[in-house]
Amino acid sequence: MSESIRETRSKDTLGFSGEPVIQISGMNKWFGQFHVLRDIDLTVCRGERIVICGPSGSGKSTLIRCINRLEEHQQGTIVVDNIELTDDLKQIDNVRREVGMVFQHFNLFPHLTILENCTLAPIWVRKTPKAEAEEIAMEYLTRVKIPEQADKYPGQLSGGQQQRVAIARSLCMRPKIMLFDEPTSALDPEMIKEVLDVMVDLADTGMTMLVVTHEMGFARQVAHRVIFMDDGQIVEQNEPEPFFNNPQSDRTKFFLSQIL
Amino acid sequence: MIEAMNTHNRPFVRTEHLPQSPPPVSTSGIIGWARENLFSSPLNAVLTIASFYFLYLVIPPFVQWAFIDAAWWGSSNKDCAGYDGACWAVVTARFGQFVYGFYPEAERWRPNLVLILFAINLLPILWDRVPGRTIAALFLVTGFPLVALFFIHGGLGLEVVPTPKWGGFMLNLIMAAVAIIYSLPLGILLALGRRSEFPIISRFCVLFIEFWRGVPLITVLVMASFILPFFMPDGFNFNELLRALVGLTLFSSAYMAEVVRGGLQALPKGQTEAARAIGLTYWQSIRLIIMPQALKITIPAIVNTFIGLFKDTSLVIVIGLFDLLQVAKSSVTDTNWLGLEHETYIFVALVFFVACFAMSLYSLYLERKLDTDHRD
Repeated sequence: MSESIRETRSKDTLGFSGEPVIQISGMNKWFGQFHVLRDIDLTVCRGERIVICGPSGSGKSTLIRCINRLEEHQQGTIVVDNIELTDDLKQIDNVRREVGMVFQHFNLFPHLTILENCTLAPIWVRKTPKAEAEEIAMEYLTRVKIPEQADKYPGQLSGGQQQRVAIARSLCMRPKIMLFDEPTSALDPEMIKEVLDVMVDLADTGMTMLVVTHEMGFARQVAHRVIFMDDGQIVEQNEPEPFFNNPQSDRTKFFLSQIL
Repeated sequence: MIEAMNTHNRPFVRTEHLPQSPPPVSTSGIIGWARENLFSSPLNAVLTIASFYFLYLVIPPFVQWAFIDAAWWGSSNKDCAGYDGACWAVVTARFGQFVYGFYPEAERWRPNLVLILFAINLLPILWDRVPGRTIAALFLVTGFPLVALFFIHGGLGLEVVPTPKWGGFMLNLIMAAVAIIYSLPLGILLALGRRSEFPIISRFCVLFIEFWRGVPLITVLVMASFILPFFMPDGFNFNELLRALVGLTLFSSAYMAEVVRGGLQALPKGQTEAARAIGLTYWQSIRLIIMPQALKITIPAIVNTFIGLFKDTSLVIVIGLFDLLQVAKSSVTDTNWLGLEHETYIFVALVFFVACFAMSLYSLYLERKLDTDHRD
């Protein structure tokens, strides 16, 4: 069993060619005494789209939160866009400019309008002139299909609309990589599709995406690779078709039988 | 009956959309309001009637005393002899002292000018339709105190008025203004420091906050006034008012820190994470995301602290500063105005009330203006 895990994991990039943009090797993380991520090796290439699934508490959210240093790892290395994540705060800020993140609970800024939510980082971090930042913001708000909400506040929008704004807000920084942490888990069933549609559109633009989600339809449709995690470890990874149709590990089989 | 129930349980498809209709009349309008708020139960009806009766007993006699039968002008209590009501002459005759203490009459334009300048400086900070808030706020804590000191204290060609001559309500205003404009930024820094990841900073802030919160203000003032000079080297001393100001500011900054920390705790962690994830630095995220929200939810508590602070300025009476309350105290023992405690202290209470109520109204205005939740 443990042999087969190692076997599956060593197929690092599954033949997806391109320059590696995220390289994680031998990474371990603990929360106090709890070993939440165990010996993670993962390479992501530019343009690659990865869906990470697994039971709750398996460390999948923690893994992608380590990529933009919302969580700190204690062992191993993480290199994002040729920058290694260390205690160097300047480097961390540099990585965060290139990595967008969408959260389960949207985390829009409630005291700012939709437009201000989208222009804040370009103006303060990228030093973009205000007019230009607003132009970029309207472009992305149009792309997520809510330009008419620009002057409202987040509290006036539905969950699905808020999450689409959150995606637009990240895209306004023109990131090289997008991380999604269960983007549809907090939404009413009626609103899941509008958010997934936006994510599919984004996938079509060739964005590098790491998505933690249980939306298996989405995984089949857009992922180059599906990663299954359990107990802080990568248990199995494969292209979507073989992953869903012919899972190798018993743990994966059991998980898929529960959710499909 | 069974027939009726059956119709409700049959398969059903709505064919027309129901429009909104207005609520029943009895729940809106004056009658609806009175029914709901004054006469909602027999007990409430009795309480309402009893309250109105009590007000009828108290208010007309007070109005009679305070306004109709009152004497407004005079130079001693003898001028009030023919009147049954209040003798406001004590207030009108000594008004200058109530406001300025012993500040020379010919120089009173100087504190007046400072008050006007203060209002101008405050305008962009309190009212968002006037631009330049950041610059005005920075000037308020740096340049403005020097301007105020120059005018009120004098020097450089202006006649010097030493601080023991400062007094009356002016002194209360000066102390409250200084303590308020410095304790808020200081409190914010202490609150952030207390949550810092660096143990040295957070320990220091905890120690500082707990020390000042654990000591009564009167003790702080007495320490600053009488005990501190005792430990100072001979010939080295600084101004008594300045010592009281420093004590008052540090004391209230500790309270402010805990109020602000409450606001910080109330924000979801996701706000910080989102701010950091889009690339804002620590100080940018504090300034643009965290503080605007934390201060907004703590407006009632901050203004509460300010109001408490404002009233606490009258405690400087224990170290002999000549503030409004001290003027009142000396006024009721003046042989010309004996027996007028009611009038004097009602006036003092009214002055404090107006100032505090104004702050309270501003805080309500601010809360309404900053409400962007749009959830009813």
